[in-house]
Amino acid sequence: MQEDLLHGAISCTAIVQYFLSNIQAQQHLNVFLSVYDKEALTQAIVVDQKIKNGKAGKLAGLIVGIKDVLAYKDHPLQAASKMLNGFYSQYTATAVQRLLDEDAIIIGRQNCDEFAMGSSNENSAFGSVLNAIDNNRVPGGSSGGSAVAVMADMCHVSLGSDTGGSVRQPAAFCGVLGLKPTYSRISRHGLVAFGSSFDCIGIFGNHVDDVALVLEQIAGADEFDSTVSQNVVSSYSNQLTETQKFSIAYIPETIENPALQPEIKATIEKKLGQLKEAGHQVEPVNFPLMDYCLPTYYILATAEASANLSRYDGVRYGHRSADAGDLTQLYKQSRTECFGGEVKRRILLGTYILSASYYDTYYAKAQKVRRLIREQTKALFQKYDILIMPTTPTTAFPLGKNTDDPMAMYLADIYSVHANVAGIPGISVPCGVDHQGLPIGLQLLADDFEEGKLLAFADFLMKLKGDV
Amino acid sequence: MLKESIRDKYKVVIGLEVHAQLSTVSKIFSSESVSFGGSPNTNISVVNLAHPGTLPKLNKKALEYAIKMGLVCQSKISRYNIFDRKNYFYPDLPKGYQLTQDRTPICIGGYVPITLKDGRQKDIILNRIHLEEDAGKLIHDQDSVYSLVDLNRAGTPLIEIVTEPVLSTSEEAAAFLTEVRQRVRYLDICDGNMEEGSLRCDANISIMLKDAKTFGKKVEIKNMNSIRYVQKAIDFEIERQIEEVERGNSIISETRMFDITSGKTYGMRAKEELNDYRYFPDPDLSPVIVSEEWLNSIMESLPLMAYDLHKKFTELYGLPQYDAQVLTDSKEIALYFEELCQRTKHYKAASNWMMGPVKAYLKTLTNKASEIPVRPVILAELIDLVEAGKLSFSIASQQVFPVLAEKQGTSALEVAQQLNVLQESDTGSLMPIIEEVINSYPQKVAEYKSGKKGIIAMFMGEVMKRSKGKADPKLASELLSKKLEVL
Repeated sequence: MQEDLLHGAISCTAIVQYFLSNIQAQQHLNVFLSVYDKEALTQAIVVDQKIKNGKAGKLAGLIVGIKDVLAYKDHPLQAASKMLNGFYSQYTATAVQRLLDEDAIIIGRQNCDEFAMGSSNENSAFGSVLNAIDNNRVPGGSSGGSAVAVMADMCHVSLGSDTGGSVRQPAAFCGVLGLKPTYSRISRHGLVAFGSSFDCIGIFGNHVDDVALVLEQIAGADEFDSTVSQNVVSSYSNQLTETQKFSIAYIPETIENPALQPEIKATIEKKLGQLKEAGHQVEPVNFPLMDYCLPTYYILATAEASANLSRYDGVRYGHRSADAGDLTQLYKQSRTECFGGEVKRRILLGTYILSASYYDTYYAKAQKVRRLIREQTKALFQKYDILIMPTTPTTAFPLGKNTDDPMAMYLADIYSVHANVAGIPGISVPCGVDHQGLPIGLQLLADDFEEGKLLAFADFLMKLKGDV
Repeated sequence: MLKESIRDKYKVVIGLEVHAQLSTVSKIFSSESVSFGGSPNTNISVVNLAHPGTLPKLNKKALEYAIKMGLVCQSKISRYNIFDRKNYFYPDLPKGYQLTQDRTPICIGGYVPITLKDGRQKDIILNRIHLEEDAGKLIHDQDSVYSLVDLNRAGTPLIEIVTEPVLSTSEEAAAFLTEVRQRVRYLDICDGNMEEGSLRCDANISIMLKDAKTFGKKVEIKNMNSIRYVQKAIDFEIERQIEEVERGNSIISETRMFDITSGKTYGMRAKEELNDYRYFPDPDLSPVIVSEEWLNSIMESLPLMAYDLHKKFTELYGLPQYDAQVLTDSKEIALYFEELCQRTKHYKAASNWMMGPVKAYLKTLTNKASEIPVRPVILAELIDLVEAGKLSFSIASQQVFPVLAEKQGTSALEVAQQLNVLQESDTGSLMPIIEEVINSYPQKVAEYKSGKKGIIAMFMGEVMKRSKGKADPKLASELLSKKLEVL
């Protein structure tokens, strides 16, 4: 597409208009909280001019949607929460700025679960996002809007955030690519915090090369984030064509899990067979800590979240209760009135976990388990390039199915949290559909900073798809 | 006042927590400047205001300053540093948690020696020195309904110096604070100004019967913004606690404020329901490693401290303890004196000058300039002139010094010449005057010869008068005696 742009076969303005009309036509999906239509069109004219003058940036013509957890100066930012009603960001997230610097166009702000907490996008203060294939089903969460936007042709790529699977799980439910890079690969400056030691900005796209191109632009050192990696960013998009034989591992328990939808099991088994036939090394591995990933994740992420969300107190910005008589009431009422049920649940859970009498039982122990999981995971990648497992136990479930059962909802992340607990990169690759036509996602995981290998393998797998 | 006998039944246990605001250029976790006296909410940023998505970034200068303090207190320096979140809600705390060092304080242990009035020495053992961020300020008196929040101060780097509960009197507390203040000032890491809050002290006080095995309930006192008030508050609190216990009441573990006007402490909030701060390591800050190399460079950059200079002044310059004590009291004076001693070898005379005329002159200055207006090289010249007998001390201090202070840069000799006050210290110019005086008073000479030796004072007075005060008294007296003897 970029070649067409450069040769003048298509204009950036036309692309923006195309996406805007798709957004307009599919408003019922509730994907965008704000559409920056005028700005996007104005910017498109600027970019078209730059292309003519041969001065366009590397992402000229790329239209991006951003999840409502990414700061964009002078634009609303509210993490799909009433708590931040009327809040406009005064600065731009590093990742967003790097897109803008290369002439990408931001088309709008996307709906998501409140403060990125949820697996179905039913926790948004602005209502659920609907799955474009079946409007009675969820798109997954928490980056549901970002996934559907790419699925329903409303932008080329979306930036989401992935704390426990919030990019990969909705990608699987929506039949698109969803990449969660290595923890610290992309600066978190400007990403609304949920679980700081897990939070990653992730990328949705329909094509591996789009995802690779965006990653190589937004990743890397940043003076605003002391935890970001200083590792050099490779040219991922140029590594896609490299052909090699991969050594692939799978954990039998993840496939034999009785909770796994049989069609997903069949798909993954078939893929493993195909890979073996194509000459790749495919082996089962032991990973006894798999069952500990989910509890470890929920203990640590909620603990961090309970502190991260303390700043929403009604004092400096956002919602302040209208009838608070004193300071304690101001805090209690402002927070009670505006946080949704799931956010409250996680704040309470995290607060409990960190309380002096339970700290050692939960937080300290979970930290130890996390270290073990990371060590075992690193050991696995000493021997294998790629670990394959399902992205989700089921395909997209009906709206309202799990809303009254938080434990069932949390299980939707059972395969995705491993990457966040270990800090490794993972990508969900669309891999066929079930009998109802609902997309199935296959999850690929690699060692720290092996995004190049991961994307190359994903590309290979996407091309293999035709053979299924 | 309590009876001595009652007081003697109890042992007093005091621990201090001293907060010192570090004088770094920018805040501890963000880049806006640390400065005082600006309009409310002008030194703030999105990081400071805890806007969504913002992250802290450690100002390494703050860590360096804390390490300096640790090094001069013989603390162990932690090589692996993380920050913890201390969670509580208050409007002056934008993030809803304070970043502090709970588990890995930058400095562990150490001690600060103090000298008491009776000359007794005591090492005050430190528990730790850790880094943390200051909170903002609430202003209650500007609006009738609302309290206002000023976040200029929020994020200012602080070190908290925590002692073990090893102090037992208010005098020890005052001596400790004086020593700490001197150290931060010598290190140039904090201005040490308690009135403006750059140095703040909380005291934990408890009492116990002398044979008791467990400590009494501790009471924390806040809001003491001078060393004198710290002393007063502790004294009041000790008496209050003993009186309570003597009356059969028990002490409540609480925070009390010191009221300057009444000199009393009063209860603020009961600490019954222990605040659970839910400390945990901040995942937004990557751990900071203090390398051997960095630590060494900090060590090498340490300035001479009061105790170093005290030692030098007594051992190398042979000054009395008292002189060394006075001279090292303030860093400016000590460093000035040290430079002075590079220019003159008359150390004791130089010390007398510092403690006498220089100090007196500084007192007359209306603006509290800490800088001595006469450069050390010029003062040294003046001291040498006096020591060489070319100027009398009184003329040098009363006439020459003030001119030197006014006209900076002029040499002492030049000024003395202009004022025409140089002493006639050569025999050649003095002899004619002496002979003139002797010739004028034959009667008095006869009296002298007959044994009234005291009359020489009259001759001296006359010599000084005729020389217009320029005669070197020592030389003149010598020459006069000799002349009278040979007559």
